[in-house]
Amino acid sequence: MDPELPSPVGLVVVSHSPAIADGTAELAGQMAGPDVRIVPAGGLEDGSLGTDAVRIADAVRAADAGSGVVIVADLGSAVLSAETALELLEDPSRVRLSRGPIVEGAIMAAVQASIGATLDETLAAAEDARNLEKG
Amino acid sequence: MSTASIAFDDVVAWFNLAAERLREARGYLTDLDSAIGDADHGTNMDRGFQAVLTILPTVPAGDIAALYKGAGRKILSTVGGASGPLYYTFMDRIGKTAEGKAELSGADFATALEAGIAGIQERGKAEPGDKTMLDALIPARDALRAGIDRGAAPADALAAAVEAAEQGMLATIPLVARKGRASYLGERSAGHQDPGATSSHLLLQAMADTFFRP
Repeated sequence: MDPELPSPVGLVVVSHSPAIADGTAELAGQMAGPDVRIVPAGGLEDGSLGTDAVRIADAVRAADAGSGVVIVADLGSAVLSAETALELLEDPSRVRLSRGPIVEGAIMAAVQASIGATLDETLAAAEDARNLEKG
Repeated sequence: MSTASIAFDDVVAWFNLAAERLREARGYLTDLDSAIGDADHGTNMDRGFQAVLTILPTVPAGDIAALYKGAGRKILSTVGGASGPLYYTFMDRIGKTAEGKAELSGADFATALEAGIAGIQERGKAEPGDKTMLDALIPARDALRAGIDRGAAPADALAAAVEAAEQGMLATIPLVARKGRASYLGERSAGHQDPGATSSHLLLQAMADTFFRP
């Protein structure tokens, strides 16, 4: 990519299920191309279902290429864990938590990030995904 | 006669007793949770507190704040459900109030519990009556504070707090849940005791059995 442009916003996909997080990240990654960092944070360290704020915080660090990170999450403790992860980060000011749907939100945000959208534009895309018309 | 303060070793004893009782209660908590939740509260809490046991020997002796904060971090990464971030915040805020203190007096303990519960409220955004752990914790907090302010022995104030938590826990039975997975059930969540209120009562009971003892 053009070295003059700022690096794209990154994404973290949080789900209770590792398969959902990995699959959503894979799908969004295919839409966005290779320049957008999309890091899944699904399940617990041992692979069981659940959410882990420590893993989410690590994923945010890995996804941040300098322009910040949008987190998309499924529901319940995924949102609580993502909010708690912000408390563990050195600089949470560059991180946004989307309240939109996880799969559609990840895809819309990834596409926006790939065309150079700002952090808040990427967040808006993730949240607007709840209004997506499906024909 | 009881003692007037909580020492580092008492907190270690509390974590050990809590882990033991959560292991015993694992099936019961999961049964409660299978009625209205996702049937994992017993296994989640057991996994979290067993993990906490592994870090207890690594905390510098005498550092109560580090003990609570370290336990909170371990709970955060091992519990998995909503109770992970909630009990993490509880422990972390208690730890913050304990900074620089070698022992906690009854008043320190009341302040610590208040901070821990405020953390849970801030994190989970639940209100009393939502059928959550707060329905056990808030009455306990208030009973403890009332006892301490009245000049009661800390052990007696804590015993009254556990009693209040039990009443609060039982009072969750008819409630309709307004938070968490149980809230997706609407009216069908009524008639079941809240698992989070039950684990919170268990933790407080273990405090009464280890803090301010002779």
